[in-house]
Amino acid sequence: MITVTDLRAGYGPLPVLFGISLEMSRGETLALIGANGAGKTTTFAVLTGRIKPQSGHVTLRGGDISSMSPMQIVGAGLSMVPEGRQLFPSLTVEENLLVGAHCRRSGRWTLERVYEIFPTVAEFRKRPSTALSGGQQQLVAIGRALMSNPDVLLCDELSLGLSPVAVDTVYVAFDRLRSEGLTTILVEQDIARALSVSNRFACMRHGQIVLTGASANADRAEISHAYFGMH
Amino acid sequence: MLETLINGALVGALYGLYGLGLSLCLGLMRQINMAHGDFIVFSAFLALQVTGFLGIHPLLAMPLIALIMFAVGWAVQRLFIERTLGRGDMPPILVTFGLSIILQNVMLELFSADTRSLDPGVLGAAAVKLGPVTVGILPLLTLVVSVGIFAVTAKIFGATRFGRAVRATSDNEQTAQLMGIATKKVFANAMGLALAISAVAAIFYGMRGTFDPSTGPERMLFAFEAVILGGLGSVWGTLFGGIILGLSQSAGTLIIPSLGPLVGHLVFLVGLLAVPNGLFAKRART
Repeated sequence: MITVTDLRAGYGPLPVLFGISLEMSRGETLALIGANGAGKTTTFAVLTGRIKPQSGHVTLRGGDISSMSPMQIVGAGLSMVPEGRQLFPSLTVEENLLVGAHCRRSGRWTLERVYEIFPTVAEFRKRPSTALSGGQQQLVAIGRALMSNPDVLLCDELSLGLSPVAVDTVYVAFDRLRSEGLTTILVEQDIARALSVSNRFACMRHGQIVLTGASANADRAEISHAYFGMH
Repeated sequence: MLETLINGALVGALYGLYGLGLSLCLGLMRQINMAHGDFIVFSAFLALQVTGFLGIHPLLAMPLIALIMFAVGWAVQRLFIERTLGRGDMPPILVTFGLSIILQNVMLELFSADTRSLDPGVLGAAAVKLGPVTVGILPLLTLVVSVGIFAVTAKIFGATRFGRAVRATSDNEQTAQLMGIATKKVFANAMGLALAISAVAAIFYGMRGTFDPSTGPERMLFAFEAVILGGLGSVWGTLFGGIILGLSQSAGTLIIPSLGPLVGHLVFLVGLLAVPNGLFAKRART
């Protein structure tokens, strides 16, 4: 579904990613974990077209998307739930969802389908997005990303700034999406949570992937070593 | 007296129309265009040239002038204003202020400092009697066209894919791009629309009054007052803001004929102090 090959990127003269390679099949969920500054956000920035790679390639369903603009990448089938939700405050909940469908990519995700899977969102459809709680806003942000009918969904820190109860609600919803067969890459600081909702994990440190494996068989000590670079 | 006030309200509809383009820039796109008034005057001069060359009535030239000004707005956004965005409040103000000065001098070179007007033909003197008052057909037509344009604009920006894209882009450009919105093109189209509306205002302005290259800043002032009185981002608020301004001016002329504009400005100041967010700020979306 999505392949990342020897990706190198950075900000101006500052290199951040040093040869990232990943491969994901349809319906897989990959947890991308790592400490702050490991390169997770930069990886997402390259995948979504906000930063152009210095070398390497990203292919989506066989097509190279490395040089595409963020707008073209959404049209090609990659969508993102940004960190901090980033809903549009002057738009209602429903308008936020409709903006997600701006690229007019056809598929199974429609307004009705999003409301069906997130009934809480349907309740507040006419309200300003700012009137919702953090957890409800996160559901809207996920629904908005789904409205573009993505082949691959990137989720950046779904639990950031949410109460434990809200995090539970968001991850129940996320689990439903997994059962729908969506291909997802998840960046999450809560490692236990990330492993519990993913098939595979990739641990990043200093701009490289230092450990990969099946989430179900993840060894905590091994991950700690990979995460911090020490025993 | 009633006739004066009604005529004031009708002039106010024109002020509202001046303000609508500015309201789109300032309230919805959240960028200032200090050259707004000069673009209105430029449109009027353009209409003067087109009507003179083709020998047609200004109203018939309106679609062509609006189309040309749409292209001008699109180009101004892509070539100048777009480059200043995201760098703080000052760069767009300075760049459009510079555009204003350039535009005034270009008009002075091309069209001289002479005062001009557009010939309204029979519409200029035509009037209709509504009960005890007589109202000019042209002012009435200005009101009808203004209300129509306000309705269409409110619909476009409140309930269409394009309108949502404009509002999303002004909220958060980076996230809007992540939603697949070509933000720069969306803003260029919105700016084009703002100047196309200003072109319509310019033709009514040219038929109802006189203009010369230096009258742009005064149009800008009326437009600004209408927008602020009505409430930033409120499309319909701008029309009401313009009408309040027109009514205030005409009420001023009832006291002393030369006092009209001053009373308009005073009402604006009082309004700004009493309701800093404008009268219709709560309806900021449409």
